[in-house]
Amino acid sequence: MAVRTLTINEKLVSAPEGATILQAARENGIDIPTLCQLDGLSTVGACRLCLVEVGPSGRLQAACVTQVAEEMVVRTETPKLREYRKMIIELLLTERNHVCAVCVANHHCELQDLAVKLGVDHVRFEYLHPHLAVDVSHELFGIDHNRCVLCTRCVRICDEIEGVHTWDVSGRGTNARIISDLNQPWGESPTCTSCGKCVQACPTGAIFRQGSTVAEMEKDRQRLRFLLTAREKREWLV
Amino acid sequence: MDLHELNDIAADQRAAQKPCVIRCCMAAGCQSAGSVAVLKALQQAVTEAGKQNTVEVRSVGCLRLCCQGPLVQTDPDQRMFQKVRPEQAPSLVSTLDGRTTDAEPCDPNAPFFALQANVVLVNSGRIDPEQIEHYIAADGYAALARALTEMTPQDVVEAVTRSGLRGRGGAGYPTGVKWSLVARSKGDRKYVVCNADEGDPGAFMNRSVLESDPHSVLEGMAIAGYAVGASQGYIYIRGEYPLATQRLQTAIRQAGRLRLLGTHILNTAFDFRIDIRIGAGAFVCGEETALMASIMGERGTPRPRPPYPAESGLWGCPTLINNVETFANIPQIIRRGPEWFASIGTPKSTGTKVFALTGKVRNTGLVEVPLGTPLRVLVEDIGGGSPSGKIKAVQTGGPSGGCVPAHLLDTPVDYESLAAVGSIMGSGGLIVMDEANNMVDVARFFMGFCMDESCGKCIPCRAGTVQLHRLLTRILDRKATRRDLAVLEQLCGMVKETSLCGLGQTAPNPVLSTLRHFRHEYEALLRDE
Amino acid sequence: MARLKLATVWLGGCSGCHMSFLDMDEWLIDLAQAADIVYSPFVDAKEFPDNVDATLVEGAVANEDHFNLARQIRKRSRWVISFGDCAVTGNVTAMRNYFGGAKEVLDRGYVELATQKPAWPSDPGVLPTLLDRVVPLHQVIPVDFYIPGCPPPAGRIRKVLSALIEGKEPHLEGDDIRFG
Repeated sequence: MAVRTLTINEKLVSAPEGATILQAARENGIDIPTLCQLDGLSTVGACRLCLVEVGPSGRLQAACVTQVAEEMVVRTETPKLREYRKMIIELLLTERNHVCAVCVANHHCELQDLAVKLGVDHVRFEYLHPHLAVDVSHELFGIDHNRCVLCTRCVRICDEIEGVHTWDVSGRGTNARIISDLNQPWGESPTCTSCGKCVQACPTGAIFRQGSTVAEMEKDRQRLRFLLTAREKREWLV
Repeated sequence: MDLHELNDIAADQRAAQKPCVIRCCMAAGCQSAGSVAVLKALQQAVTEAGKQNTVEVRSVGCLRLCCQGPLVQTDPDQRMFQKVRPEQAPSLVSTLDGRTTDAEPCDPNAPFFALQANVVLVNSGRIDPEQIEHYIAADGYAALARALTEMTPQDVVEAVTRSGLRGRGGAGYPTGVKWSLVARSKGDRKYVVCNADEGDPGAFMNRSVLESDPHSVLEGMAIAGYAVGASQGYIYIRGEYPLATQRLQTAIRQAGRLRLLGTHILNTAFDFRIDIRIGAGAFVCGEETALMASIMGERGTPRPRPPYPAESGLWGCPTLINNVETFANIPQIIRRGPEWFASIGTPKSTGTKVFALTGKVRNTGLVEVPLGTPLRVLVEDIGGGSPSGKIKAVQTGGPSGGCVPAHLLDTPVDYESLAAVGSIMGSGGLIVMDEANNMVDVARFFMGFCMDESCGKCIPCRAGTVQLHRLLTRILDRKATRRDLAVLEQLCGMVKETSLCGLGQTAPNPVLSTLRHFRHEYEALLRDE
Repeated sequence: MARLKLATVWLGGCSGCHMSFLDMDEWLIDLAQAADIVYSPFVDAKEFPDNVDATLVEGAVANEDHFNLARQIRKRSRWVISFGDCAVTGNVTAMRNYFGGAKEVLDRGYVELATQKPAWPSDPGVLPTLLDRVVPLHQVIPVDFYIPGCPPPAGRIRKVLSALIEGKEPHLEGDDIRFG
């Protein structure tokens, strides 16, 4: 396979043709923050956290969907990128009701981790405090829209891995919501197989296992890794 | 159908032409002002006067001066009447015999009409958009015939390139370059898509073109299909345009019947079919990747580019997407030659542009001018200035655009000049504002629009527009401080640079441009810390 | 070096941050040697004094008393520090905002959910009027530093106070800024 050589943060790295900047960076130990991206799922380039500066003009491009090219020059950590990433997290924190103190995912939450990593110690924007529903009609799981960041990992894992497509998005803009089937209670979903992949994929406490209480819910990402390896390499490694 | 038969239709139509024509505007604007009843009354008056054999009452597309509708125009005496009421029909018909009428005259030589160009709108208000024969008699489908019989696909692409035509949807990408990209893309199947999802507030250029001259768009698409190697076209039209949709459907049916669309077009090996897809009310579906998703039956959200549609569009196939007005220009470029087209406008912005002139201006309506025409001519001469006497700014480019302040009204309307003053050409919305308009309020209006129309996929646009709208509201409520203004500017920059698609990337423009030219209006509303 | 004049204030919060303050245990003795606590729920001062060096503010701004005190604090303190998630984000205190404005909240609490005598509490001059929305402190006054956490662990508070005592700008990073 052809190899492309590019520069990431002044460091020469090589990556196979067709690889994304994100893959090339991670292969070389360079960390780029992500939220909507999850290994094994299609990429949507929606959260914009992985934006990097490309080329002499410093054009911002999403590392998760931009393929490497020969002699490409990439910067992943600039003051501007740090500032923009911080603002993205701040915007997410204002948009819904992310009250870490009372969340099942407290201390096990990717949004919270990102806030720590990106230096968000307060939010400059007004909190919207929308009134949002919690659906616990499913016998095992629940979805709390207060904590949803609309990353659509649940939609994709359900569609692409489980092959069911119980989840989708309805509405638009800040009124967009994750819905099950034809916008009916999750517990009444005729398609949901209760496989729980969405619970593991969800980066926050939005989709959770019932019965877990504050800070109790740890995600088992190994399970997703297992599925991915099984699908891609036909190896069922426990 | 072959070339001879096409010529025969044109000749027959011209021969059947009655000596007098009374044209009644039946575009959506005049219809809403009551032109359906006027048309009926005119037909009845002609019958009652026993003039059926010499006078044709014709339902036509837009006669342009929308604010004065219903509009009626008579031939051969070239008179125009405005705000026509059905009861005025008999006297109006009698003017053809030199009698007087109490119908309000409208001067067809007034600057509003005299300063306009006639390229895209050449048939608008002239032909009956529901009669393909009218279009053919006006040299319609001759360009397609020439392309298919005298030109190779490469010749067509070459001609479009030489014409200098740039995308009329707003961004101004060179059309010829786009066509050659799709033509060169490898694929057994290719698509041509017409973007008729016109959604900017105050914009009705594309609607008017489709209602007035739908065949010009179909012909342009067919020529594009031939040039790039596509055999299927889609018109993605917004659901709010029922009349335009109906006229397109009629046009497609008529063209199909005459084998000007379908298989073996004009007895050649070229097949091209056009289908309509109707949008469900999302502004973002005007963005090309969201539009394609919607055509394919998916949720209408944009995706990152590349891959560009030219490479991987509908169902992964190379896809050419152009705006209504872009396609409507094509037949004339082929028929009259790229050099003719390039001689209109400026060297970098050739041809004409259709504008929807609205807001605080005396003459609102549909306007076509050569590119490079100063904004001042558009709003003061053609538009007749503001009724309140003083124009404050002109907004171009809709929610993606900006405000051009009065002191820059001599800016020529072309892609580069508008960008230089912090606005954009956009698709052709032109909103005039006077001193009564607070520019912060204007900025908030557009931000509210973008906020409502954000698809919600990417965070900067989804949540950023909400915060920008809140900050603007705080300023208008006199609750904001300098700190808030600083946050507003910072967030504008962030949303512009980080949003996934054009909607988000351009959403801050109305704020940025009003901050640039009317910063004092923001500052006047701030409170002390 | 002059002793630090330190104040701590309890607005719309649960006092958990102040409990965590007490969890600094024996370091409180060191603190007492370097700083005077001039106003706090821990001490008896009734009026917020002038010329305070640093004020730790626990809790969100939820009523008019909070609002007025916050403005007074800003005028009389060199550094204002948002102390804990309620002050920094609104946190649990702001969860009432989901129900709507003050009216909706009072209706919910004192009418809809009342088992007997459904009526709003009314004691003019004693009970402060609720603000329509609960907001974090920095939406009311400029804030200099933030100590997130619900509550902030004692070590986090100590880092900030140590810096202030040493006359340095406090700076928290990494896990020390974790919400929750």
